[in-house]
Amino acid sequence: MAEIVIKNLRKDFGDFNAVKSSSFTIEDGEFFMLLGPSGCGKTTTLRMIAGLELPTSGEIYLDGEEVSQRPASERDIAMVFQMFALYPHMNVRKNISYPLVNQGWAKPKVKQKVEEIAQILDITDILEKPVGGLSGGDRQRVALGRAIVRDPKAFMMDEPLGALDAEFRERMAEELRALHDRMNATTVYVTHDQLEAMQMGDKIVVMNHGVIEQFGVPQDIYDWPATMFVASFIGSPAMNFLRFEGEVTPQTTAIQMDGAKVSVPHQHGAASGKLVLGVRPEHVSLSDAAPYRARVLASEYLGTTQIITLDTGHGQIKARAPASDVARMDEQVGLTFNPRTVTIFDESTGRAIISEANKEVLGHV
Amino acid sequence: MSEIELSNITKRFGKVTAIDDVTMAVPDGAFVVLLGPTGAGKTTTLRLISGLEDPDVGEIRFDGRVVNRETPAQRDVAMVFQQYSLYPHMTVRDNLAFPLRSPILKTPEDEIARKVQAVADVLHIPHKLDNKATELSGGEMQRVSIGRALVRDPAIYLMDEPLSSLDAKLRADLRIELKRIHADIGATLLYVTHDQIEAMTMASHVGVLDEGKLAQFGTPREIYENPVNLYVAGRLGQPRINTLPANLFPGIPNDAVTIGLRPENIKQGEGQPAEVMRVEHLGDQTRLHLKLNGHDVITLAEVHTPLGEGDTIKIAPDNPLFFAANGQRV
Repeated sequence: MAEIVIKNLRKDFGDFNAVKSSSFTIEDGEFFMLLGPSGCGKTTTLRMIAGLELPTSGEIYLDGEEVSQRPASERDIAMVFQMFALYPHMNVRKNISYPLVNQGWAKPKVKQKVEEIAQILDITDILEKPVGGLSGGDRQRVALGRAIVRDPKAFMMDEPLGALDAEFRERMAEELRALHDRMNATTVYVTHDQLEAMQMGDKIVVMNHGVIEQFGVPQDIYDWPATMFVASFIGSPAMNFLRFEGEVTPQTTAIQMDGAKVSVPHQHGAASGKLVLGVRPEHVSLSDAAPYRARVLASEYLGTTQIITLDTGHGQIKARAPASDVARMDEQVGLTFNPRTVTIFDESTGRAIISEANKEVLGHV
Repeated sequence: MSEIELSNITKRFGKVTAIDDVTMAVPDGAFVVLLGPTGAGKTTTLRLISGLEDPDVGEIRFDGRVVNRETPAQRDVAMVFQQYSLYPHMTVRDNLAFPLRSPILKTPEDEIARKVQAVADVLHIPHKLDNKATELSGGEMQRVSIGRALVRDPAIYLMDEPLSSLDAKLRADLRIELKRIHADIGATLLYVTHDQIEAMTMASHVGVLDEGKLAQFGTPREIYENPVNLYVAGRLGQPRINTLPANLFPGIPNDAVTIGLRPENIKQGEGQPAEVMRVEHLGDQTRLHLKLNGHDVITLAEVHTPLGEGDTIKIAPDNPLFFAANGQRV
C-alpha cells in the first residue's frame, strides 16, 4: 500500500475547468473521502488518481513516484465501482481468482493467494458458493476480495453504497470501515453523502466547483468550517446562518443582534459590512430569560432528541434539544448560543473569520 | 375527511400472503405512517384502501360504510406516488386543475382558479404556475404532484414514499411542509415509508408492518419508548438499539433472553468492562463502537471524548428493554 501526494492538480474538459489546482496528501493506510455535491470535481479527481483521466497539469505521486501521465494499467490501483458488480456465473473462488488467472499466475499460487485473502475477509466458508445467493454483506466482501487480490497500491471507490436504502447502507458502511481496519489498504472514496464521509473517513476533502474548500479530519471540519459552503454541506440539519450588518475587529468578543448582546469567540481577523453568525443546531438552547427572541414554528421528534424550527429576526434557524424539552408552536422563546462554538463568516468572501476558537484548525490557511 | 377502518384484512398473491389479518383504524384527521422494510406490505395496504386491489378476507370501511365493492373513483381517495407523474405538455396550473376538471366533479372554472391558487400558495409555487411541468426541478415537480392531490377534498390522502426520490435537504423541507399542510387543512392522511425519520417526525400514529402483519400501532413516542417486540424496537432509533444476550448482565427478569439497549439506556463508568474498537465522529454526535464479551455495542459519547481505540470503559444497563425467547417484550 502507498502514500498518494497530489500537487496542483488541474483538469479541463474543453473550456470547462473541472478541477482547479488541488493539492493534498493521502497517507499510507488512510481511508480518505472526497466529498461534495454533483459536479464538484470529486469523481474527476478520483479518476485522475486511478489513471482513467490524465490531468491537464499537476503531479500525482504514488509512493514517491510521479505517475500523472501514466495509463491506469501501469499504476497498480484497484477500482471498486458498484460494490455488487460480480461475475454472476462464477462462484466466489472464481470471482476472486479472476484477476490473477487473467495475469497468468500459476494455479497453486492463485489458490494460495485466494485463500489468504478469504481468511482476511472471513469468507473461507463461502468460497465454493455461487455469488447469486449471497447476502449484500458477503457480496461486498467478495467484491473487495477481487480488488485486493492483486495487491494494489490503493483502492478507489466511487459511491459504492449509493444505490442502497438508508438502513442497509449504514450497515454496509460500518462493515466496509471494519474491513478497511483489517486490510489497512489506502482507500480513496468518493461520496456526496456527508454522513457517510463523517462516519467512515480518517480525513475528508470537501470540494465545490472544482475547488478544495477544506481538508482535514471529520470533527475539525464539522466544528470549524473554513467556508459557508462547508458549514452548510456538513451536518444535518446544516449550520444555522444568522445574517447581520456589523463589524468585527481583533478585539471583538461579542456582537449586537436585535439589541441583544451575543458572545462570540475572541476574533483575530477583521471584517465589516455583511457578516454571518454561524451556529450548529446543537449549540442553540432555549432559555426563557435570554434577550435574543424567537418564535417556535415546528418541532420534530427524533427519539432521544428533537429538532425545533424557530423564526428569528435573522431568518429561520433550527435547534437540536433533548426530546423531553417542551416547545409549543407559536410560543415566544429566548435563545442562547454556546459562545465557544460560534463561527463568524464574511459574506462577501464566504470565508470564516479566524478566531481564538478556530485558529488551530484554520490558522494555517 | 373520513375515518378509515380495516378489519381482519388478508390479501394473498398466489402463495404469498402480502397482508395477514390486519385490523387498524385511521382516525379522522390523523397522519398515520406505515413503516416497514421492502416487502412488509405497506404499499399493498394503500392499494387495498384505494380500491386498486381487493382483499381476500375482511372489510374496509370509510366512516362506517363498507367500501369493499366500490371502485377507486367511488371511494374518492387521492394518491401521491414516489415517481411524480405530471402531464409534461401542460403548465403547472393545468396539472393542478386537472383533477378538478374531471367530468364527475363538474367544478366551476372560478372555483378551480381559486383552489389552484390556494394550493400553489401552500406549496410555495405560485410563481411557477405558468411554467411547463418539464421546466421544474425535481422538488418542484413533487410539490406539484402533492398539490394535485391537495386540490381535491377526498375521503383520505394516500401517499406512497412521496419524498424518497428527493435529496436530503429537500426531503427535510418537505417533511415540515407536509406536516404543516396536514395541520392547516385537517386532512386524514395515510403515508407509507421505510424512512424512520419521516415516521418519527410527521406521524400522529405509526403502524409498524412486519411481513404483512401489523406488529404495533401507536404514537411515535410509544413505538420508540415502549415497543412490543424486538422487531419494532429495531425499527426506530439512530444509532439502532443494541440487542444482546440478557445473561451478560446481573439482575435480569427470569424469562428475559435478550436485552435491548438504546444509547440512552447505557450508563458509562460502572458495570462491566468493554473495549473501544472505534470512535466515530459524526459532528453533532460521537459514537463508540464497543466490544463487550465478544458482542458489538454502539453507544454515544461526549462529542470531544478523549476515548480512543483500545481504551476500556465500564458500561451498565440503565432502564433497558427485555425480550423473551419469542421476541416479545417481557
